[in-house]
Amino acid sequence: MDFQLNDEQLQIREMVHDLCLERVEPRAREIDESGQFPWDIKELFAKQDVLAIPFTPEYGGVSGSALTLVIAVEEISKFCVTSSLILSVQSLGSLPIWLAGTEQQKRRYLPPLARGEQLAAYALTEPGSGSDAGRMRTRAIKHGDTYVINGSKTFITGGSVADTLVVFARTDQDGDTPARNISAFIVEKTMPGFKVGKLEKKLGIRGSPTAQLFFEDMAVPAANRLGNEGEGFKLAMRVLDHSRPGIAAQALGIAEGALELARRYARDRHQFGKPIAEFQGIQFMLADMATQIEAARALAYAAGDALDRNLPEIGLSSSMAKLFASDTAMRVTTDAVQILGGYGYLRDFPAERMMRDAKITQIYEGTNEIQRFVIAREVLKEKS
Amino acid sequence: MDLSLSPEHLEIRRLVRGFAEREVKPRAEAIDHDDAFPRDLVAKAAQLGLLGTLVPEVYGGAGLDHLAFAIFVEEVARYSASTAGILDVHGSVGTEPIILFGNEEQKRRWLPDLARGQKLAAFALTEPEAGSDAANLKTTATRSDGAYVLDGSKIFITNAGEAQLYVVMATMRPGSGAEGITTFLVGGDNPGLKVGPKLKKMGLNGSAIAEVHLDHCRVDEKDRLGEEGEGFRIAMRALDSGRIGISAQAVGLAQGALDDAVAYAKERKQFGKPIAELQTIQNKIADMTVQVRAARWMTWKAAARCDAGQPFTTDASMAKLFATDAAMAITLDALQVFGGYGYLEDYPMARRVRDAKACQIYEGTNQVQRVVIARELVRS
Repeated sequence: MDFQLNDEQLQIREMVHDLCLERVEPRAREIDESGQFPWDIKELFAKQDVLAIPFTPEYGGVSGSALTLVIAVEEISKFCVTSSLILSVQSLGSLPIWLAGTEQQKRRYLPPLARGEQLAAYALTEPGSGSDAGRMRTRAIKHGDTYVINGSKTFITGGSVADTLVVFARTDQDGDTPARNISAFIVEKTMPGFKVGKLEKKLGIRGSPTAQLFFEDMAVPAANRLGNEGEGFKLAMRVLDHSRPGIAAQALGIAEGALELARRYARDRHQFGKPIAEFQGIQFMLADMATQIEAARALAYAAGDALDRNLPEIGLSSSMAKLFASDTAMRVTTDAVQILGGYGYLRDFPAERMMRDAKITQIYEGTNEIQRFVIAREVLKEKS
Repeated sequence: MDLSLSPEHLEIRRLVRGFAEREVKPRAEAIDHDDAFPRDLVAKAAQLGLLGTLVPEVYGGAGLDHLAFAIFVEEVARYSASTAGILDVHGSVGTEPIILFGNEEQKRRWLPDLARGQKLAAFALTEPEAGSDAANLKTTATRSDGAYVLDGSKIFITNAGEAQLYVVMATMRPGSGAEGITTFLVGGDNPGLKVGPKLKKMGLNGSAIAEVHLDHCRVDEKDRLGEEGEGFRIAMRALDSGRIGISAQAVGLAQGALDDAVAYAKERKQFGKPIAELQTIQNKIADMTVQVRAARWMTWKAAARCDAGQPFTTDASMAKLFATDAAMAITLDALQVFGGYGYLEDYPMARRVRDAKACQIYEGTNQVQRVVIARELVRS
């Protein structure tokens, strides 16, 4: 049992931390207020190999370790969650290719993503199918060597800026067998029939474009299908097992950023003749925030470690990490706003942004209600 | 980072789990009901070498680390938190001060007997007027003819009356706070040491918790542990790693409650199906599972850092705070899953709720943990 990070992880953490402190933190407020995708941060992350972290060296990456990715996402999220999503979505969108792609598909698509020349996205959710993803309606019909895809997707993070997207669609005719007949396809934004709809206006993560996508007779070569027909749903769920520790990391980072802000404020802010940090009412809030964060970190790192060691219970451990860390982020950011009092409510301080950003981590990549459902199912399945 | 248990730790878990299932589980209800100290279980644990877990092999112990200790305490606490508490106090705050601060002669004199379970240990810091504010204890130690004379009263002393060794903190300079405190090793047969009646408690029945009175209690100079004035540091260091044991006890309580709740939810039918199929029950089970896992990781992390010689005070405080709050919440939720049956003493659910409450209080209340954690945060 060893909780120490290895040298690679320590180096990457330091590199990402320094980079974000210098270049990302000063941009965070502006990114939130403009609601524009931060192309400058994307370029910075590409140049500094931050976007290469999810990929192994054979495909042009620098790590490929799930735990290392958790640590990098955590660091970025301390300063700017929107920016952390550039890395998270790069991982999420490429995971289906990594997990189910042929050697040829991997060689073609992964290196440009690792270099950050292209951006990835993951298109599963539809207006009528959120938690119940197996009920999707987007359909792919095979004609010779081509699939013709029709339908739409919604809530697609990075959908408007991505070059390479993995799209899930039904490959059956009647649509009565929910999950069994879903397949996954690698789609390029240049394919005719691919259209980006409106970008959503959101409570938080405002610089991260959340897009509607439309597919109108979009022709995708059969060679771009990932795995066999009908294996798409299983792949989609496996991808989420792999990506949820990243959401946990995001939530963890937000919470840590909020605690740091609250901690400094409590030391500087004087009322009744002394720093408010000397009042037990504030001290206990800080202690509980820090303790919850420590618990969230333990679960997030354990989930990353479980993925790296390919343990059988990765689904369970990543769901637990996501659930706990995101609930923690919501509580901690709300408390941070409270500690800053009226100032916490102002846009002048990042506390209110952190609170708005935290909310999404309880919702996406499986709502926390779905996580509880998944966890309970696993626990109840075990022999007792 | 490698979060796997070593083959050695897995073996310890297998061994202790077997002991807990075979010996502790069938005895747990009676220990609670009769409120009788489980000498039989202490003796059986001693036969397995569990009383000397942390004692180095050269002094007759198992020479294991704090992670092994945490695993051991958790497994016992799954069935009987009071038995786990007895063994924990003996092996941790009772014995560790000698391992860490004893001179060679003291180690040779005490450790082999403590490791074999020939002698049981207790830790006497708390007083009626000095709980969280331990540095203001009133028990005095006065020099007299090359010896010390202790006078005062201790309260809430686990293993009191059963122990043959009391690690006693007393002040040589009343009113000077932490600086005047010195630690003494007092034998249970010392005529100046008297144990009051067992305190009647909400839970942890079976464990002996009582007042200890020191009345002109004469202690040889060779029984002073560490230097004069070093006692507060010794006590705080003992409590730092002691908290790993309390965290493990809380994790065991919570895991035991969760296991029973899961089994019951699968069997109990209402509305024509097992209540495990109702989402409100599933949500409870999910939240309990996550909390107990997080608590265990925090406990193991504090233990691993302690074993690696790294600073672990804050880790142990956080683990203690989180794990014991989780144990309280989980035992209450598990009782709720059992409904009316959970409220009956026929099932272990009510007992676990009573036992869990103690964990939020002893070895530093959770309020004191928060003060410790916040102080570290504000300072850093």
